[in-house]
Amino acid sequence: MKALMGYLAGLLFGLGLAIGGMTDPARVVGFLDIAGAWDPTLIFVLGGAVVTTFIGYRLVLRRDRPLVAQGFQLPTRRDLDARLIGGAALFGIGWGLSGYCPGPAFASIAGITPPLIAMLAAMIGGWFLARRLPAKS
Amino acid sequence: MDVTASLHGLIGGILIGLSAVWLMATLGRIAGISGILSGLLTRSSQGDSAWRLTFLLGLISGPLLLMLLGSDLGNVASAPAKVIGEPVGGVGIMLLAGLLVGVGTGIGGGCTSGHGVCGLARVSTRSIVATLTFLLVAIITVYLMRHVIGGDV
Repeated sequence: MKALMGYLAGLLFGLGLAIGGMTDPARVVGFLDIAGAWDPTLIFVLGGAVVTTFIGYRLVLRRDRPLVAQGFQLPTRRDLDARLIGGAALFGIGWGLSGYCPGPAFASIAGITPPLIAMLAAMIGGWFLARRLPAKS
Repeated sequence: MDVTASLHGLIGGILIGLSAVWLMATLGRIAGISGILSGLLTRSSQGDSAWRLTFLLGLISGPLLLMLLGSDLGNVASAPAKVIGEPVGGVGIMLLAGLLVGVGTGIGGGCTSGHGVCGLARVSTRSIVATLTFLLVAIITVYLMRHVIGGDV
């Protein structure tokens, strides 16, 4: 049952990315290029997603527990540290260079190209590398 | 402004939001792609892999379904009916970009979905700071590449 719920969540996410134009790196870079021919599409995607999630979470988190799991697993940390900000900055460089963040990169596998294979392989390598870095910086 | 592209963006965003709400309602999990997939692919999520794997399959099958159905719901800037756009750089730049995205989301604990969508919706200070950071750095990166160095990115 968990696997089915996960599939449906992934399917909705993939449909949303594709319909929203986020599986087109040129659109994403066009949004980030504020000095060029600015493409506002990403702000509608992010806005629609955040508002929907904001409302939905408030309804869902009133319940005692999720439908098919023991409890809600929510992040509890509130401090700002170098790993959070440094990691976000490194991610920002990679995102700006490629127009791919992890969701759209994996969602684009149906239209696979050599550069995308390189992107995915290096991203997975980066995840392994990040796990080897000490937890405290 | 391209109204059709923006409207598609809004609909796509709402679907992404519904996905995040669904994952929280059923499995009690944050819909953070880097967290879900790095847990699966680096095998750090013992006994917890099945739903991550099916999530990945769903993520891939969403756009695939639109392609197979010959749907015109795609939203590629240069070819509106297309579902998946071409990369903006070659293999070399993608290797570098992929490594930075992997390491960065790994140590920063999230990406555009985990920090950007779910974190902002939870009004999490950490996620707001992370999102502003990666947005700003990405904007500076594109500015440098396109308008200062003048590369073909």
